[in-house]
Amino acid sequence: MKKQKLILIGNGMAGMRAVEELLKAEPLLYDITVFGAEPHVNYNRIMLSSVLAGEKAFDDILLNTHDWYEDNQIELLCGDPVVNIDRVKCQVTSRNGLVRDYDRLLVATGSRPFMIPLPGVDLPGVIGFRDKADIDSMFVAAKNYRSAVVIGGGLLGLEAANGLSKKGMNVTVVHLLDNLMERQLDPPSAELLKASLEERGLAFKMQAQTAAIIGDQRVEAVSFADGSEIAADLVVMAVGIRPDIELAQSAGIYCERGIVVNDNMQTYDPRIYAVGECVQHRGQCYGLVAPLFEQAKVCANHLALHGVGSYMGSVTSTKLKVTGIDLFSAGDFNEGEGDETLILQDPALGIYKKLVIRDNIIKGAVMYGDTMDGSWYFQLLREGTDIRDFRSNLLFGQHDIGDAGHGDSQVLLLDDSAEVCGCNGVCKGEIIDAISKKGLFTLDEVRAHTKASSSCGSCTGLVEALLASTVGEGYDAAPSKKALCACTDFSHDEVIQTIKKQSLLTIPAVLEYLNWKTVDGCASCRPALNYYLLVSAPGEYIDDAQSRFINERAHGNIQKDGSYSVVPRMFGGLCNASELRAIADVSDKFNIPEMKVTGGQRIDLFGIQKEQLPAVWKDLTDAGFVSGHAYAKGMRTVKTCVGKNWCRFGTQDSTGLGVKLEELTWGSWMPHKFKLAVSGCPRNCAEATIKDFGVVCVDSGYELHVGGNGGIKVRVTDLLCKVETEAEVLEYCAAFIQKYREQGHYLERTAPWVERVGLSHIKQAVVENAEERKALSERFKYSQQFAQVDPWKQHADGVGAREFASIRVA
Amino acid sequence: MNEWLAIARANDVPRKGARVVHIEQMKIALFRTGDDQYFALKDSCPHQQGPLSQGIVHGKTVTCPLHNWKVDLESGEAQAPDQGCSRGFPVKLEGDQIFIAIPISVASVEAVA
Repeated sequence: MKKQKLILIGNGMAGMRAVEELLKAEPLLYDITVFGAEPHVNYNRIMLSSVLAGEKAFDDILLNTHDWYEDNQIELLCGDPVVNIDRVKCQVTSRNGLVRDYDRLLVATGSRPFMIPLPGVDLPGVIGFRDKADIDSMFVAAKNYRSAVVIGGGLLGLEAANGLSKKGMNVTVVHLLDNLMERQLDPPSAELLKASLEERGLAFKMQAQTAAIIGDQRVEAVSFADGSEIAADLVVMAVGIRPDIELAQSAGIYCERGIVVNDNMQTYDPRIYAVGECVQHRGQCYGLVAPLFEQAKVCANHLALHGVGSYMGSVTSTKLKVTGIDLFSAGDFNEGEGDETLILQDPALGIYKKLVIRDNIIKGAVMYGDTMDGSWYFQLLREGTDIRDFRSNLLFGQHDIGDAGHGDSQVLLLDDSAEVCGCNGVCKGEIIDAISKKGLFTLDEVRAHTKASSSCGSCTGLVEALLASTVGEGYDAAPSKKALCACTDFSHDEVIQTIKKQSLLTIPAVLEYLNWKTVDGCASCRPALNYYLLVSAPGEYIDDAQSRFINERAHGNIQKDGSYSVVPRMFGGLCNASELRAIADVSDKFNIPEMKVTGGQRIDLFGIQKEQLPAVWKDLTDAGFVSGHAYAKGMRTVKTCVGKNWCRFGTQDSTGLGVKLEELTWGSWMPHKFKLAVSGCPRNCAEATIKDFGVVCVDSGYELHVGGNGGIKVRVTDLLCKVETEAEVLEYCAAFIQKYREQGHYLERTAPWVERVGLSHIKQAVVENAEERKALSERFKYSQQFAQVDPWKQHADGVGAREFASIRVA
Repeated sequence: MNEWLAIARANDVPRKGARVVHIEQMKIALFRTGDDQYFALKDSCPHQQGPLSQGIVHGKTVTCPLHNWKVDLESGEAQAPDQGCSRGFPVKLEGDQIFIAIPISVASVEAVA
């Protein structure tokens, strides 16, 4: 097939991002030509502030090198802007007279700084703050002159002012209003910002209307409406940007404020696409990078003829790139009628946090001085999370609601050799190196290339901070809807609902119904789908062993050397001499290299070869054991303390109740592992308050605790309710588990699930509504009929023998 | 010289699954894709020697059970950005008999190495 021709007008971040995404999706579909107005390769415009401030060199912020264009066979024509688009001939013409044909055209002309039409605005020394050339002018001015005036106290103006001041100029920022960065900050936080910038030597003239720029050969001063004047050798105009639509307009492409596009990023001419700051989508123009990258992705997808995905607009957040000043804002932070405001203010520490809340959902956030939780608030905002259950701790940050505190806001001060990711042993230096050398922008990319934050995820905040400091803020604004995996655009919830609604019973049926992008899914989605089918139609769905992780196929835990470990179930942690003897016999007979008592009060036998497993199980099942499911995304153990039969403090029979709970729940498959515990008194020796379901016995009954976790993030349980009888404990437990089984996302433990859906939602179903509780509990018991079949016994009896036997060739 | 060794029948290997084949002292993972193509790789992930035969097979890829590296069944190459390669061996199907081409000398040498 002859390749189609794609022309990109504008060698900037948005357009080139679209090209990169396109190359990832369909590398061979187009011959690509790129026209750029600036005489450079694509660079990270956002980091120009850091170049100006002397924190980075221009070479550090290049995104695509000449070699990259060459390697990808892209014709790059830089320093030669397109001056004409002929839509009839499908041709563009450049300033140097080059003519190129296109099948598809992508317009990404970006924006221009808005220059207020004042007298004198054309004088030498009056510039905007947009590109490399502007920065070069500032460098020259800083060498030869003393005073600068920056008109505009917004994000860009303040970054320019900070940079010029660091270059040794006396800088005055002129702002029309009395509130700096009024689009991002409320008055108190703007005051804090102004004070700290003044400390750094910037001067401000607020509520000042510029009247004229005065000068003869070059700018000499700026005069104001009140008659005053400030001397200036350099004037930087940073009052805003305007979409650069001149070329598009001259070609007759429909424009309003920007080039108007649909949700596929197509203009009114279907051969012509547009992305970036020049675009107007659903009435919005964007000037921040995250939305532009989202647009680029959608556009690339469409150019690749995949035709899925559409751009639905973005919510944006902002950070100021002035080193040493922490500032974050997102959403609608000026409270309207009916809104509530939560404020935390500590003037001595220079901390200010404000959240605007409507109907228990965060609408906006402003933070100054301590912005560590900015991304968390932003996530709650985007996802519209109901915050009522943790509202009282909300302002204190995510740490205060369960994170044991892996975060270190000082990551930027760490040495390069400091370990950031403890799971995979990745140091700060390696991460920064990978980000800059491999051109990484998102958390997922850093995870893929360095493995940092890809295992337990507790260092995610640190990695994000490193990303932000290396390439700038705001690339990783994930859409509020997360796809189940790369094989589909549907979310977990959508898949769960579809399976239920359409009564789907097999994985192939799901893949077909939901138009999966891959032939047979991947190692992420297949186990999830198998589980969702199991929950939706126990007894009817067809289980697919090949879609289960090896541990669940082999009913043991795979170890690093490929051997397995095996844990026999001991209900409630109770055992007797003959059971222990049987385990000892197995250990002798099979030369088990190591045995260990687990945290869940069981005995783990290590180092068993896969081929030995059925024989080991046979001996164990003959002795009366069933599988301990220590390998399962499912019910693991009930840990108990000794209870009132022996303990002088015990208030109830905690071991007995533990055994009953385990008899009820063993064998049950869940979204993730699930642990229970029963403590006989509030001393809580069984550690019930860090379990998925914990019972703390008290003299008058039983406290039921849920959503605890002792793992990566320690989370103490929430109190679900208190009940009086053992029968109630069992019913509430079954109902809680079933709620989790039906609603939890695969590989989501109860702790994040409880935080996601909210404790009140769970209480409503399990505690307040007796009918629903009974129904949930009945559904759980129904599914247990099919689940409580001991897999060890089955395999010992020869079921699925092929899984365990290997082929030997002489 | 390669020698075609008869190692298994077509249905000895589950679809979207694998069997371990011992040849001399060497372990080979014999894969079968969802559309009944057969591939053989040394049963050892290029990352930390995890048993690829125990992974989940999807498309022409297997995901290692130890750390989720994705290895291409045809080439043995780890999926980028991970880097590494597991040695592959030619496989052919005649009727329902699966053959693998492997120099016996390689099998014994690999076992030592």
